[in-house]
Amino acid sequence: MGDIIVIEDLVKMFDGKTAVDHLDLRIREGELFGFLGPNGAGKTTTVRCVATLTNFDSGTITVDGYNLRRNPVEAKSRMGVIQQQVSLDKDLTIRENMISHAMYHMMGKAERDARIRELSDLFGLEEYLDKPVDSLSGGWKKRAAIVCAMLHSPRVLFLDEPTSGLDINARRLLWDVVRKLHADGTTIVLTTHYIEEAEALCDRVGIIDHGRIIALDTPQRLCEGVGSVAVEYLEGGKTQYRYFGTREDANAFASTIDTGVDVTIRKTNLEDVFVELTGKSVGGGK
Amino acid sequence: MSNLLRQIYYVAWGDMMFMRHNFLNILIMSIMSPILYLIAFGFGLRTGTTDIGVSYVSFVIPGIVALSSLNSSFSSTSTRMNVQRLYYRSFDEMMMCPLSLHAIVWGKCMLGLVRGLIACFILYALGLGLGAGGIGGMELELTPMFVVCTVLSCIVFSFLGMAAALLAKSHQSMATFNSLIILPMTFLCGTFFSVSALHPVFQTILYCLPLTYSSELIRSAALPDFLEFDWLCLLGLILWGVAFYTIDYWLLKTRKV
Repeated sequence: MGDIIVIEDLVKMFDGKTAVDHLDLRIREGELFGFLGPNGAGKTTTVRCVATLTNFDSGTITVDGYNLRRNPVEAKSRMGVIQQQVSLDKDLTIRENMISHAMYHMMGKAERDARIRELSDLFGLEEYLDKPVDSLSGGWKKRAAIVCAMLHSPRVLFLDEPTSGLDINARRLLWDVVRKLHADGTTIVLTTHYIEEAEALCDRVGIIDHGRIIALDTPQRLCEGVGSVAVEYLEGGKTQYRYFGTREDANAFASTIDTGVDVTIRKTNLEDVFVELTGKSVGGGK
Repeated sequence: MSNLLRQIYYVAWGDMMFMRHNFLNILIMSIMSPILYLIAFGFGLRTGTTDIGVSYVSFVIPGIVALSSLNSSFSSTSTRMNVQRLYYRSFDEMMMCPLSLHAIVWGKCMLGLVRGLIACFILYALGLGLGAGGIGGMELELTPMFVVCTVLSCIVFSFLGMAAALLAKSHQSMATFNSLIILPMTFLCGTFFSVSALHPVFQTILYCLPLTYSSELIRSAALPDFLEFDWLCLLGLILWGVAFYTIDYWLLKTRKV
């Protein structure tokens, strides 16, 4: 499969501060791609540039072969975006929000009614359709937002921190939804600062820091790059981490640590990768 | 062209649904302040005959119609857009869709246009009715140019409302805009008195504001037996409309929203 999103040398500045710094990225068709990084790393800004919500200073973005600057309408028609904050119109019902979205994509009445029925059924939203937005819980609002973004059958779906602020059950439900969409062949770009979310869902992960991609690969390969086995122990009142290629090497190292010190040997995760690469936790702290 | 009209309808549809859900509330809000102005400044003052030969009530009603077009159209468009943009974020959703920016500007102004027209025509009907009953005299007329000018005025102030909403950084900045720009216009721009009665310096200042053109224009269209139709004011108001439209379009185009 080819690349459905091509970002080349993207730069976005805010008041003289570089939010996205000469970023290059290619996302393959049908891929579930994860953008991982701390708050303020440039994930959302990059997505907002691609979604045409923010102008960028330089670089090129192509979506499904359409240059965003030259053919914005064609590019937009191929994208669906679910923003971090649920962005439904709270003065309307769920159905009216869906109809509005379908209309914005120039869908005729018969087509949009059929599609609303189909997706509401798929996401279990039928009984909520004629209710006001605020009568739904956060998880159901997110589902409604996903349906709105999916109505026009976009080829690429952007999910910006989709599970932020959701409880565990709602988060799991949303993961199922994302997996379902991915299985149906939709290209999904997921931005998150939840490590387990990226590990559970993504085919490939790009770690972004200070507006630059600092690592890009499958979660497994990224972990292997650091060392697939982690040794975690306390030294001088501070937790230390060491990474090894094999469990034998990790065991050998652990045996050299003073007895009485708690030692944990476990698989390396993306948070370890992130800390190794940036010196920061994914939440942003040192 | 038909595609653009279809897009305008699609953009406006959600706002029309909003209006349908809140019709009574919107109706009361739209006509409350103009009716208060009408009672206070029109029937309350009732200061005889003006220098153009009509009763003060007949003089002031077109001014209050212009004022209603400003109040209703500006506040409907700006309040709803401000909420959609800063609080619901649903404006972003629309911006991500393959819609023409012209359709977005026109479509988002439809709520202001419709609400403005409802307020203006209820008020005018009230004025005409009361006038026919002998309170305000029989001078006012419902001419085709009155309808055209009122529609134009509502459109211009909807465009202004959109510009204000797009520039606003918060709800507070909208309130500031209202206090500094809209409120002074309400009282000063020839709504309750003739601008020509003022010192030339003040006249010059007031002719820098769009409501002056609107009130003079609507008055000349509503009192055809007493005033010549003010083509210059029509041109002036059209130019204001073009300016506000250009600002709206530019703000959307450059994503300074």
